[in-house]
Amino acid sequence: MSTPAGGAGGPEAMSRRQLLRHTAWFGAAVVLTVTGGEVISHIGGTPTATAIAQDPHALRFVQISDSHLGFTGSANTDVTGSFSRAIDQVNALGSRPDFVMHTGDLTHLSTSAQFDQVRQMLRGLRAGAVFTVPGEHDSIDDHGQRYRAMFGTGTQGDGWYSFDIKGVHVIALVNTLALEKLGHLGTDQLEFVRNDVAGLSADTPLVVFSHIPLFAMYPAWGWGTDDATQALSHLRRFSSVTCLNGHVHQLFTKTEGNVTFHSATTTAYPLPHPGQGPGPVPLTLPAGRLGAALGIRDVTYRTGRHTLAIRDQKLA
Amino acid sequence: MRQLGTTLVLPAVAAGIVILAGCGGPAGAVPGTAVPGTAVPAPVSAGQAMPGMSMLPAGAPGAAAGPAAPVATDAVSIQNFAFSPATVTIRTGTTLTWTNRDQDPHTVSAMSGAFHSPTLNTGQSYQHTFTTPGRFDYLCTIHPFMTATVVVAP
Repeated sequence: MSTPAGGAGGPEAMSRRQLLRHTAWFGAAVVLTVTGGEVISHIGGTPTATAIAQDPHALRFVQISDSHLGFTGSANTDVTGSFSRAIDQVNALGSRPDFVMHTGDLTHLSTSAQFDQVRQMLRGLRAGAVFTVPGEHDSIDDHGQRYRAMFGTGTQGDGWYSFDIKGVHVIALVNTLALEKLGHLGTDQLEFVRNDVAGLSADTPLVVFSHIPLFAMYPAWGWGTDDATQALSHLRRFSSVTCLNGHVHQLFTKTEGNVTFHSATTTAYPLPHPGQGPGPVPLTLPAGRLGAALGIRDVTYRTGRHTLAIRDQKLA
Repeated sequence: MRQLGTTLVLPAVAAGIVILAGCGGPAGAVPGTAVPGTAVPAPVSAGQAMPGMSMLPAGAPGAAAGPAAPVATDAVSIQNFAFSPATVTIRTGTTLTWTNRDQDPHTVSAMSGAFHSPTLNTGQSYQHTFTTPGRFDYLCTIHPFMTATVVVAP
């Protein structure tokens, strides 16, 4: 298991040179905001996200997650409506994103009808491309076969893949198939990661997507990946690695050495903070409060300037 | 080995929803529902982006009974991401009924493969008749941190 949240593995785990480069690329321009101009967290960041977005050479992508189409509980009686609003919000961003990544739990029950619905809705996104990784709700009882039939084109193994775009190397992992309490990647996928980055320069910024966190956010609820440490060991030589996950339905950020993890929120319903309550039980918020717990995330990376901005926006 | 007597029954949907509604929003106002002694790693940043969440532990008191003494019953509730009772002791030939009272889907799946429910959505039940003595550990395949045991006496 990787280092527990808040534990060891701090800056001493990386060389000073790595730390400086990492800080220059990431720490200097992490921007977490919400819509309406209300700034939640703003760390350094001379270049604002808006300025970066106007740079034609900038990479801009959006992460959406955990739409759970088919969920009907009181925590959100209209997940289709909120996912639709999330798509509208992506389409209303200042510039068309290079790609949109849905980090899993597209559906609630892995039914063909739910997969059809989510694919249809994703077609409404105005973006250069749309990618997905599966959540455990997308692979119920069939090891992800229905998911891959619809979203697995061009992927390897059980649905993992990678690509390069505007100087950034993107890796999309599948850690929801061989669940044993925690998320699991497996030897084939670990080998894929090792080979995938073998030829890359250590200066290449890496962005890694998975559904379940690659760090130990709260293992008692399955919020971690048991062999993530092995995958991350192949990424240790890179100056900057950004891991973006879903699954936990809430924002959370953590840095371990050269790797920064960002859990995204959901478009469906919130879950409790780690350990609050008996389990990851969907939260039914007071009337009018749900929208503030849901959202989308847009990320911008400007080549050359080595700046990256992450903005988390509440669902409008 | 698939055993006889496995059926899926679909009553009690309304009952499940009523129970869930009862432990939803209003539960946040009930004092003393927070679980003591659980370590909560503080969000490094942006935890504030979820106003109101911290005041909603929303747990049904008592449903998260830990590893308690074995209980003789023929009904197991799936609630708050736990099988309750966590261990049941029955006689050979008994039919157990599991009912999902969560908003999330769950399964009842023996680690040995001896039985395996379909996906149980809110309010759905699953029955299995135990025809051989022994100890059966099982879990939810969607949330495999949910584990429990059936002990079948001769």
